[in-house]
Amino acid sequence: MSTDRMTPTSAFEDDTYWEHSHPRRGFFTDTSICIGCKACEVACKEWNRNPADSDYQILGSSYDNTGGLGADTWRHVAFIEQSHERIEEARESGRALVSLGMPRVGPPATSPAPSSGGCACGSATGADAAAAATASQGGACGSGACACGSTPDPVDADAAGPGCACSSQSTPGVTAPLGCGSGGGCGGGAGASSTRGTHGTDADDSPVLDTPDFRWLMSSDVCKHCTHAGCLDVCPTGALFRTEFGTVVVQEDICNGCGTCVAGCPFGVIERRNDGLVEPKTQRGAPPMPDTVKVPQDGIAQKCTLCYDRMKNDQTPACAQACPTTSIKYGERESMLETAQHRVTQLHEQGRTEARLYGANPRDGVGGTGSIFLLLDEPEVYGLPPDPRVPTADLPRMYKRAGAAVLGMLALGAVAFTAGDRA
Amino acid sequence: MSISPYDSYRPPEEPHRKRRRRNRPAGGGAFRRGGGDGSREVAMVPEPEFTSYYGRPIVKAPPWDSKIATYLFLGGLSGGSAILALGGCLTGRSAMRRNGRLAALTAAGLGGIALVADLGRPERFLHMMRTFKPTSPMSVGSWVLATFSTNAGVAAAVELDRMTGERLPLGPLRPVLHALELPTSVAAGLLGAPMATYTAILLSDTSVPTWHEMHGHLAFVFASSASLASGGLILLTTPTSETGPARFFAVAGVAGELVAMHVMKGEMDPVTVEPLEQGKPGEWLEWSERLSILGGLGALLGGRRRWVAAVSGAALMTSSALTRFGVFWAGKESVKDPKYTVIPQRNRLNKRRAAGITDDSITTGPQHPEG
Repeated sequence: MSTDRMTPTSAFEDDTYWEHSHPRRGFFTDTSICIGCKACEVACKEWNRNPADSDYQILGSSYDNTGGLGADTWRHVAFIEQSHERIEEARESGRALVSLGMPRVGPPATSPAPSSGGCACGSATGADAAAAATASQGGACGSGACACGSTPDPVDADAAGPGCACSSQSTPGVTAPLGCGSGGGCGGGAGASSTRGTHGTDADDSPVLDTPDFRWLMSSDVCKHCTHAGCLDVCPTGALFRTEFGTVVVQEDICNGCGTCVAGCPFGVIERRNDGLVEPKTQRGAPPMPDTVKVPQDGIAQKCTLCYDRMKNDQTPACAQACPTTSIKYGERESMLETAQHRVTQLHEQGRTEARLYGANPRDGVGGTGSIFLLLDEPEVYGLPPDPRVPTADLPRMYKRAGAAVLGMLALGAVAFTAGDRA
Repeated sequence: MSISPYDSYRPPEEPHRKRRRRNRPAGGGAFRRGGGDGSREVAMVPEPEFTSYYGRPIVKAPPWDSKIATYLFLGGLSGGSAILALGGCLTGRSAMRRNGRLAALTAAGLGGIALVADLGRPERFLHMMRTFKPTSPMSVGSWVLATFSTNAGVAAAVELDRMTGERLPLGPLRPVLHALELPTSVAAGLLGAPMATYTAILLSDTSVPTWHEMHGHLAFVFASSASLASGGLILLTTPTSETGPARFFAVAGVAGELVAMHVMKGEMDPVTVEPLEQGKPGEWLEWSERLSILGGLGALLGGRRRWVAAVSGAALMTSSALTRFGVFWAGKESVKDPKYTVIPQRNRLNKRRAAGITDDSITTGPQHPEG
């Protein structure tokens, strides 16, 4: 139970004893423009040659049949289906974050009109328009037909097919010019965005969306590459290390699979790999190797490396490169933070107060994350911890208590052989 | 959710509960509790204080199994035995010294084997020694175990040599080892206490909710548990004429464990105490408490009778093993249900907010002051 204030953190370099001149790199995952295509999952799996998690199975959790991050899955797209009440709650909780002693932005705190809804995609920026256009070219909705509802009629919204909740936000009477058919692709939002901005709201400044009763949240989760990384702290072999880009990576030839890092991570990201043969990276581009030549990589801890091998060659990580909507952005962490803050402010100005950032605060329990997220609901809805805290933050206290216990036990022994002698 | 012409091709849906259960990860059923078994994980039924992503765990349990729980017990037993062996050595109790030394080495040896066997890559166990990292309890523990075992090993080797009438093939090492008997015995005794308690930090310094919530007091529980286990071992194996200090050690350990466990549970977030009181781990901890009280009373009142001492000693050792298994598996259980992760975190976040601290949340709205 720690209600006391966490230690204010100083600069990243001081906290992590990081001595490199490279700027820290990171992701900004903007879930408000994620279309759930899972291109990031596939690209990650292919580039890193991660084995399959398991046999194919339907998990019964919307379009998420991956389950979660793990040893073999370094990007995971979460799908959440939400009703009207949940959208309202999310909007309220997001608005509450603004009033926490921080400067007010966005609309007055009147209760939104009951007809307003949330939308997982299609916000009103030029970048989004371009992104959505990219999506339509790529036909990127991998999980099924993508039929974007583009009228305010709830029946039509229900008829929107599976695979993509990229609904264009249109005002009543304004129909988005880019509806998309069942052939794949996703173009909603592009046309509507030009007509919106502040106009896309009704009388009390609540955004009027075309699916008032339902929304799909999609979010691509990834290793957070924390400033205070629990896995890195507790690794006994030094297999986990901080790279020159400020990311946290496992050295495959050092890790002995003790599993301490698995428990050390407050986000449940890193995991020990149980099976799987992996082709050596040096063989990339060569014809496939027979199984006998492949390197067994079971028994060691594995997680996202932020594509360390690509970064070393000034390449964008596979997931960010594959993302068709620029929902996954990659770059210097400082500029990612700036982008994220700009974006959340913009969404609040549009009345979408459910938007909030995750991992952007250097005072949080992990000192801020290298991977910043923009979420549209509370973190636990996405399977993220609401108040993560690196376990080693309490280590000094643990050492003190254990020291007292050690002395107590030795003293007890001494007493036992002197006073207890007569017993 | 949707209606399309293709829906007729879909197989009929099974009832939701069944499907979720079948897809639970393997191993999830070992200690299924009523109510807390994840049946809440029906999607989109928000509870007032707690939402989750399809009831899936947020943090991951370490890939440790009963081998590690066994090591927790054996480590404590060997540490405590080394302390008693040192006392026996210094006060001339030869049987206690002998039994303590042999037990210390045997338990540490078996524990070490269990540790190595639990590694994902056992052949790389020496990688533990390639660095020393104070932030890693596993690293500190490896060094404690290695140093302790070396010292306990020398002391036990000398003891074995003496028992066999100096017939061990030690050659020219014999005088060296015999000269090292006292220093290694002292070192093993002093290192015995960290050996018995560092595992508490190993468990607490994780994101496993129940283990981490214990971090203020688990060291005291484990030190007490080690005391009563090693006291019990001496009671079981050593003639009553020499076991006076061991009785004291064990009885004090029982008292310490009862108090520490009680205080610890009181300090934890109430919801994270649940795994300690439910299911198999709950049963084990209950039995552990009963056996430790029985064994403690037996040692206190009838410890001068050989058979009472032996029965009490066995009860105490069993109690200690059950404590370690209970704590270990309760932590593993606490990972399976996301409520144990979310609710304590929400509680502490709300408490900080209520206290006016609003700048340290991982979730932020627009225009954070830091920006």
